[in-house]
Amino acid sequence: MATTPQAVTSLNETFPGQIGTPVEFRGETTVSIPKADIPAVAAHLKKLGFLFLLDISSIDHFGDEPRFEMVYEFYDLDTNAHLRVKSRISEDDLTVPTLTGVYATADWHEREVYDMMGIDFPGHPDLRRILMWEGYPYFPLRKDFPLEGKSSDEGAVAFSNPAPLEGGPFVTSPSSLSQEREPRAHPPALS
Amino acid sequence: MSLSTVNLETLDSAARAQEALEKHNQSTGSPHGADMPDQVGEKLVLNLGPSHPSTHGVLQIILELDGETITKATPELGYLHRGDEKIAENMQYNQFIPYTDRLDYLAPLANNVAYALAVEKLLGLKTTPRVETIRLICCELARISAHLLGMGAYAMDCGAITVFMYTFTERETIYNLIESLTGARFTTSYTRIGGVARDLPDGWIEAARAFTEQFGAKIDEIDNLLTRNRIFIDRTKDIGIISREDAISFGLTGPNVRGSGVDFDLRKREPYLGYEQFEFEVPLGSVGDCYDRYLVRLEELRQSRRILLQALDKIPGGPIVSPDGKNVLPPKSTVLTKMEELIHQFIIVTEGIDAPPGEIYFGAENPKGQLGFYIHSKGGGVPHRLKIRAPSFVNLSILPKLLPGHMMSDVVAVLGSLDFVMGECDR
Repeated sequence: MATTPQAVTSLNETFPGQIGTPVEFRGETTVSIPKADIPAVAAHLKKLGFLFLLDISSIDHFGDEPRFEMVYEFYDLDTNAHLRVKSRISEDDLTVPTLTGVYATADWHEREVYDMMGIDFPGHPDLRRILMWEGYPYFPLRKDFPLEGKSSDEGAVAFSNPAPLEGGPFVTSPSSLSQEREPRAHPPALS
Repeated sequence: MSLSTVNLETLDSAARAQEALEKHNQSTGSPHGADMPDQVGEKLVLNLGPSHPSTHGVLQIILELDGETITKATPELGYLHRGDEKIAENMQYNQFIPYTDRLDYLAPLANNVAYALAVEKLLGLKTTPRVETIRLICCELARISAHLLGMGAYAMDCGAITVFMYTFTERETIYNLIESLTGARFTTSYTRIGGVARDLPDGWIEAARAFTEQFGAKIDEIDNLLTRNRIFIDRTKDIGIISREDAISFGLTGPNVRGSGVDFDLRKREPYLGYEQFEFEVPLGSVGDCYDRYLVRLEELRQSRRILLQALDKIPGGPIVSPDGKNVLPPKSTVLTKMEELIHQFIIVTEGIDAPPGEIYFGAENPKGQLGFYIHSKGGGVPHRLKIRAPSFVNLSILPKLLPGHMMSDVVAVLGSLDFVMGECDR
């Protein structure tokens, strides 16, 4: 068992120079680490008592470099301590070491990250798409993937077409095309 | 077999678990069956779902069977994937509330509250005591409603059809209460960032109290119908045993992890909505089998009723939105009569709430487990990334480990006891 400050101190001692300055926001602590250290840091945190891996998510900082970021939420069941560990991932090398050997729950979370962001996890036992279908060519949660979707055709498996947004969900800034799509919203002037 | 209930009461849970494991090993030869030799030379691959009554939605499980014994189970998800996280990145915080109804659609009120609390944590916004208590009552009503459906469907899958009728009768009353509170029975969209959409209607507290008071006898009815029901026990006891270590490692939450004896309830551990002011207990299982998960849910109904009885007696007065006016929609009556409020409403609706840059994770103890929202904000009215930690998704991830070694007919019991909702799992 360990509190969050104890865990940060212990990480700094075990991985000198690798742990970024902890960021506090709304009572939560976030540390950044290089991606090569992720399994070692996770194993160390598990040894400290952070037995629960709450969540794994990923962020696309489109336009920034490194572009992607992995986010891990660790939780200690004895002290209720919470620690967030993040790691930036460059677009040139979209691989992240897997955590499946440390936390069983990482299996499906990493499959979801692969499915949605296209980040590869070498060493993962069963890295397949989980929410989209096998063979879908895009990674929908990337920022350069449009909200209305893209067309794809995987033959007998599945196909997809963009769904027109009809001005939504951003009803505040209707596109210039809305007149064609929603003629009822723009009644023709009485002649 | 005699109908005596004496042999149902094994007091020593460790002995019971050991006995179950031995019985299991004798019947299949190995605890998990994965390394079982192929007896006939071929195995049968069976698709369970995506449209099957016991999968409670659109879950597909590809089962590999040796005779009637499962040797491999591969869940296939995504049939209900709607891209909620992508949608959330493209709309303002208040606009996403209706989408949270459709996560765990058996407890929409609890999802609304969890999402509102997450955004309020990001904003650093504190709501009024009245809002907190109303939200707490909503959460507990949602928990009762979700558990009733979960247990009714679970019992129906395990040969006790009557219970479903009893639980649905009670759910109907809850839906009537929810309808008079929110205007909708199913898709409630009740919370707003900083408050709730409307105040309690006249007579609602009395109606809710009348329901809660008579509900105690109804729980006993369900208890009488199921807890010593021979068929139900034979289908669930010592089936689908999840060890404490597995439950933690696979990240199970809610009644599923508590059924395995892990005391993990966020209402006690990180009290939100003032749960620390209420007296209730967290029921824990001893063995971690399907029967224990049923017992935990049954007791949670009693505890939720206990919380409701306390909360309905002390709903504080005051406004139903936070006094921090900057990020909260002003009341409609003032919008229509005052210039400042009209401008304020216009700015919030068109540009959204101005959230600070930062990131938060907020988890709420929902009926299915811990519903978490990770919000990464770069400032402005729209989240840069909103990740939903869906308890059903994580709870189901144990299936490939749990199912092998069981009989085909046990799958329904295991699925029923895990009590998942695909709307939340697939998002």
